[in-house]
Amino acid sequence: MPETATPPKKFSLQEYKTEVHVDWCPGCGDFGILSSIQQAFFQLQIPPHRIAMISGIGCSGKTPHYVDTYGLHTLHGRALPVATGAKLANHQLTVVAVGGDGDGYGIGAGYFVNSGRRNLDMTYIVFNNGVYGLTKGQASPTLGKGLQTKSMPDPSIQEGINPLAVALGAGYTWIGRGYALDVKSLVSLIVQAIQHKGTSFLDVFQTCPVYNDLRTKEWYAGEDIGRTRLRRLDADASWDPVVKDPANLDEVVQKKTRALQTSYETGDSLGVGLFYKIDLPTYDEQLAGKVPALKEHPLIDLPLYQRDVTPLFDELA
Amino acid sequence: MPTELSRRELSWVIGGPQGGGINASAEIYAKALTRGGLHVFANIEFHSNIMGKHSYYRVTAAPVPVRSHVDEIHVLVALDQESLFGDALERKHYPSHTGHVHQVAPGGGIVYDADLKIDPAQFQRDDIRLYPVPYFEVLEEALKQLGKGGQSRKYIVMRNTVALGASVALIGYDEDLLFEAIRESFKGRKAEAAEMNVLAVKAAADYVRAHYQERPARKLTALPAEQRKPRILIKGVQAVGIAKIKAGLGLQTYYPISPATDESVYLEAKGPQYQLTVVQAEDEIASINMAIGAAHMGIRAATSTAGPGFALMSEGFGFAAITEAPGPVVFLWQRGGPSTGLPTRTEQADLQFALHPAHGDFPHIVIASGDIEEAFVDSFESFNWADRYQVPVIVLLEKFLASSLFTSDRLDTSKLKIDRGLVYQPVSPEKNGYRRHAITPDGISPRALPGTAGGIFSTTSDEHDPEGHITEGIDNRIAMMRKRMVKLQTAAREIPESFKFKLHGPRRADLTLVGWGTTKGAILDGMTELELDGFSVNFLQLRLMRPFPAQEIEALLRDAKRAVLIEANYSGQLGALIREQTGIALDHRVLKYDGRPFSRNEIVEGVREALSERTKEVMVSHA
Repeated sequence: MPETATPPKKFSLQEYKTEVHVDWCPGCGDFGILSSIQQAFFQLQIPPHRIAMISGIGCSGKTPHYVDTYGLHTLHGRALPVATGAKLANHQLTVVAVGGDGDGYGIGAGYFVNSGRRNLDMTYIVFNNGVYGLTKGQASPTLGKGLQTKSMPDPSIQEGINPLAVALGAGYTWIGRGYALDVKSLVSLIVQAIQHKGTSFLDVFQTCPVYNDLRTKEWYAGEDIGRTRLRRLDADASWDPVVKDPANLDEVVQKKTRALQTSYETGDSLGVGLFYKIDLPTYDEQLAGKVPALKEHPLIDLPLYQRDVTPLFDELA
Repeated sequence: MPTELSRRELSWVIGGPQGGGINASAEIYAKALTRGGLHVFANIEFHSNIMGKHSYYRVTAAPVPVRSHVDEIHVLVALDQESLFGDALERKHYPSHTGHVHQVAPGGGIVYDADLKIDPAQFQRDDIRLYPVPYFEVLEEALKQLGKGGQSRKYIVMRNTVALGASVALIGYDEDLLFEAIRESFKGRKAEAAEMNVLAVKAAADYVRAHYQERPARKLTALPAEQRKPRILIKGVQAVGIAKIKAGLGLQTYYPISPATDESVYLEAKGPQYQLTVVQAEDEIASINMAIGAAHMGIRAATSTAGPGFALMSEGFGFAAITEAPGPVVFLWQRGGPSTGLPTRTEQADLQFALHPAHGDFPHIVIASGDIEEAFVDSFESFNWADRYQVPVIVLLEKFLASSLFTSDRLDTSKLKIDRGLVYQPVSPEKNGYRRHAITPDGISPRALPGTAGGIFSTTSDEHDPEGHITEGIDNRIAMMRKRMVKLQTAAREIPESFKFKLHGPRRADLTLVGWGTTKGAILDGMTELELDGFSVNFLQLRLMRPFPAQEIEALLRDAKRAVLIEANYSGQLGALIREQTGIALDHRVLKYDGRPFSRNEIVEGVREALSERTKEVMVSHA
């Protein structure tokens, strides 16, 4: 594509930021994710008032207060159902749900699974740090067996969940993983996730410098092994996570299988980037199949009030 | 002494195995009666079971208005032996019922299958009439006329129609009206079935006319054609569904649960026609939170559930309240509790739960509907309250209303007005100092519609400042608590009295009955009978449970000479609310917690007993 001059941005980066005091701990990985979200909105030039950010509970849940868009800071584990309702009411809004790993894979696991099935056109970003930070460092669903962070009395005797594997099974149509402290890559992933038509799921490795003394930024950087533990998936020329023909089950299974295998590579080589993408009809589109007016207008703009119910009484006569 | 209703009504019951088609037969029968200008009230009892267990449908009809049933049966139509004698033979321990023969009134009749070859002595009744009809033989006769002789096994489901036809002939009702009702039920591709069923009715009617001279004591006659008012036959779930469509419902969420599901399914079927979105969620936590998300975006959103589902909604309910969401409206169809309880039976045991649905202090509105008309206006108005006061609202309903059929005039929509409350109109598209939770004297802050420039806000389930950001500041906390709670006073001031309570009968009476919800029909019909005991009776029906009209109710109860509380629960939950709000204890109580609705005779007998010297508190159970 020929280089063209970048058109002037209508909305400044500053317009996506609020003046609310950010009360995360110094060095928290959340800052990287917050900044990436703001930059992604800025890059996409989505008018701030056309965005709804929906969060769960925990440190990550505070994110909407720091992004100057419409924001609902909801309940522990319930960001996705609230986001679903918001999107159904006004599908022309950009809806981004955020939450922690305990929020999404623990208390909200049912919604994590079923939102993947539903495939509304929205984005879900999980701040995955392996601990429940706000309640002072208990093990989260992603903390692996045998691991013991500093506030845990004993090592975990449960396996950690593999969120990408669950997402593949649940039916998410865009699955990615990022790293909170690699803002440049993370912005690009968030932009892609928002641009994807369907529910995009982005798991983000996030450091909790206060409570997770195992998955530190030094650990991710691989200071102990002399190389980074994060492996860019797109550095491998054979990496091709996008399904070309959604009707071709062989291709779907083959790409899901490769994504699954990659998601199980742990230890010293953690893949980051796009794991899987497929274009399937969204829930919004299928609703519009039933209610054609939704193709042009969101529910909020339809003339729903004082509908003529005479035919309904006629049926009962 | 009988009332006009009790003299002229006919209580017809069809019983059979679940899945055996009693619903279709009873609803066709009800329609035929409605078309003849009669008033009909029909209620169904069934098990939480797909196929096989005993269910029965009772259709009470009269040429005068009827809104309740009696335990007596005038004509019993049995599709199987269990409907006659119960299941004690198969279930030695705790049989689930003892059949319906013992409920048949003297002079009443029983239609049953002659092939069961029951010795008449087994009925142990010499005051009733037995009409054994060979269902198969009669069906075969009908099929022969269509050239389908020898196929009665294939059309076994039509045995119901044979039984129905026999019973209609016995009560002397206009068979043409029944044919009309049958033809309307089987339209289009099912038209062939319509004619088969018509012939089955004719064959059955011919059979009883040929074999039986004596008729049951009660008859039903259609009104002369010119006196027949066109009425509708409507169930509670339909009245609620239609009101919600009228009110502008945009999103309904639900998780399948008895007895609430029928309402959502009704709405879903109307979705394309009315641009309505109905979502089956993964659980009730998701249901309520989806509805809250949608309400915050500015559409009217509702969820429909029963007790077990509402238990899961507790957390979301508090979230809606603290974030001042304009809704959702929760339609709580009560069933027998606690826990899974009696999934397909009725009860009024979720009142205190609806009043205390979540932790912490917060404002919400609870309205309890007593009949079809109230369910209709309450369902409509609840959305106005949700928008106007930015609170979650509970419409408290019952299984009994959900599945009962009532004849009704078309419900009046002319007085229904939409009120979406205060919506923020941005003074400029830039930041302009908008505060979503601005402190106001009446507690109501204009709500911005997300998507609008200049209205951006955040809100949170944490305590928050007027801009919706988290704060644990002391002064703000106090101001916010007051701001939210004062909305209850605003609502109490503005909500019209007709939604708060209704005093039926004279302002002052010798006896005041106190109740709520769908006991209304049985109480109103029962009052007429109690008045024949020689004293005046009125009925104080409580409707708005929160904010509770404490002053008005206290004044009315202080005036009551004798009061009897009537509730379908174990503990007298309305009695507890009245005592909490007014200090008045209602000691005379008629309670019922067997999962079945109050019959009219239970009201009458229970009230008499509660006023007797013997006891103050009565538990009734006839079913």
